[in-house]
Amino acid sequence: MSDRSSQSILPREILIATIAGLLDGVRHVAVGASSPIPAAGAMLLRALKAEAGEKPVRISILGSVEHNFFTNGSAELFDCAGQGRIDAFFLGGGQIDGHGNVNLVGAGDYPQSTVRWPGSFGSAYLYFTVPRVILFREEHTPRVFVDQVDFISAPGVSDEGVYRHGGPYALLTSKGLFRFNKDKGYFALQSVHPGHDLAEIKDATGFHFEHDAQPQHTQQPDANTLALLRGQVMDELSETYPDFAQQMRADLDGVSAQTALAS
Amino acid sequence: MVSDLQGMARQVEAGMRIALPVDYAGVSMAMTKPLIDHGAGDLHLICVPTGGLQVDQLIGAGLVRTVETSAVSLGEAGGAPRFNQAVKTGAIRLMDATCPAIHAGLMAAQKGSPFLPMRGLIGTDVLKNRRDWRVIDNPFEDAGDPIVLIPAIKPDVAIFHAPMADRFGNVWIGRRRELAAMAYASTTTLVTVERIVDESLLANEMSAAGTLPSLYVSDIAVAPKGAWPYGLWGEYPTDTAEIIRYAKAARSDDGFAEYMGGRVLEPAQ
Repeated sequence: MSDRSSQSILPREILIATIAGLLDGVRHVAVGASSPIPAAGAMLLRALKAEAGEKPVRISILGSVEHNFFTNGSAELFDCAGQGRIDAFFLGGGQIDGHGNVNLVGAGDYPQSTVRWPGSFGSAYLYFTVPRVILFREEHTPRVFVDQVDFISAPGVSDEGVYRHGGPYALLTSKGLFRFNKDKGYFALQSVHPGHDLAEIKDATGFHFEHDAQPQHTQQPDANTLALLRGQVMDELSETYPDFAQQMRADLDGVSAQTALAS
Repeated sequence: MVSDLQGMARQVEAGMRIALPVDYAGVSMAMTKPLIDHGAGDLHLICVPTGGLQVDQLIGAGLVRTVETSAVSLGEAGGAPRFNQAVKTGAIRLMDATCPAIHAGLMAAQKGSPFLPMRGLIGTDVLKNRRDWRVIDNPFEDAGDPIVLIPAIKPDVAIFHAPMADRFGNVWIGRRRELAAMAYASTTTLVTVERIVDESLLANEMSAAGTLPSLYVSDIAVAPKGAWPYGLWGEYPTDTAEIIRYAKAARSDDGFAEYMGGRVLEPAQ
């Protein structure tokens, strides 16, 4: 059993555990509607804190009935953020650049974009008001991580004098984890996920970033964390994201079957 | 006060500003086909605060001139095909916003104020492309502190779907307060409901708290499963398979026309 847990950790389990680590210390985290991995990370943190007997973590999943306590319509999330009651939030992005600018609108010219994405949603406000915004995009390619975004839905940094209580905290992709340096206004590579390396990340990233000559590997979840994730968290997750939870369970069965065959 | 869908659709005139709710709040999908059949065009859609299937279908039917929104998408089914196509060809005018700016504009209208200030936005291309928004220095600070002013959004018509109304014209909106915000701000509010109940929703404190009084409601029509294929809170879930079916069909002009003219638009009872 301990063999299985060390040898067969799914890449997505590492992402979920990394998110739980990035959220450490928050009281209230909001998660967007179709964001199963961030939601799982938040649920894992909540389970870990409950187990340790620490202060509870509140999670709001937008669009969910069970995991959403707002009673004042869709404006309440933003009011809540404006009041400083939301500590962390997740943003994706069609493009993200090295200064932490996020583009959710489209590629090419504006308004006649060559590729149009849905739109800025609440990013142009939440990036200013939520202290810990975690940029999460699994696809790590030069078309996503560009030198400069074509449209700024939300800027990574602001001029002095502009009200700014929030912004980018970290950038997590399928290949690695970056931290955002607020003072300098750019990213530094913090760790590389198992199976990936620095050269590959440089090739896949269209912006310059700081890094150590030998960057460390992303920490793998320990046996207890993994057990919580595969048990309680997957059960909770399947209420809101049944398809995703089912897929992850199938992936896990596949990996453990392979491990069993190999041993 | 109880009307029919066609009669309500006829209240929409060409060039009007129409407020429509976000996909999970109670979209009156039942009104989509009657609006298209009625054919009033050059509409200015205000998505509160984002749009989906209904917005995409009205655009596909050629009725839309302007889309004021924080986003348009089909959620799990992906991008909104007719919206994306219209953006590419320049067929619609875009007024890209951010969710709390739409709420701020409606709130200003609700209060009868010309504008509402809001944080964020400074340094974004969202702000840069909105000539109708202004930036001022916070007058309560000695120096600096720029802040954005969002002008009041006053739709001509708000259209949404809710679980029930009573026979006095009060509508139960539960905790979906954005529906009330839309109604407060709009000149006319057209509501479809699953059912009409005999007893006044205001007679009971529990239901009164989630009720939009008839003062703000212009017309009501009964439309069972009227949000379909969207779900309706507390009533039925979203029919994601149907939205995916639409998303695939509407990738082409022909596919869209076929979908809209087909067996469609009838929920399985």
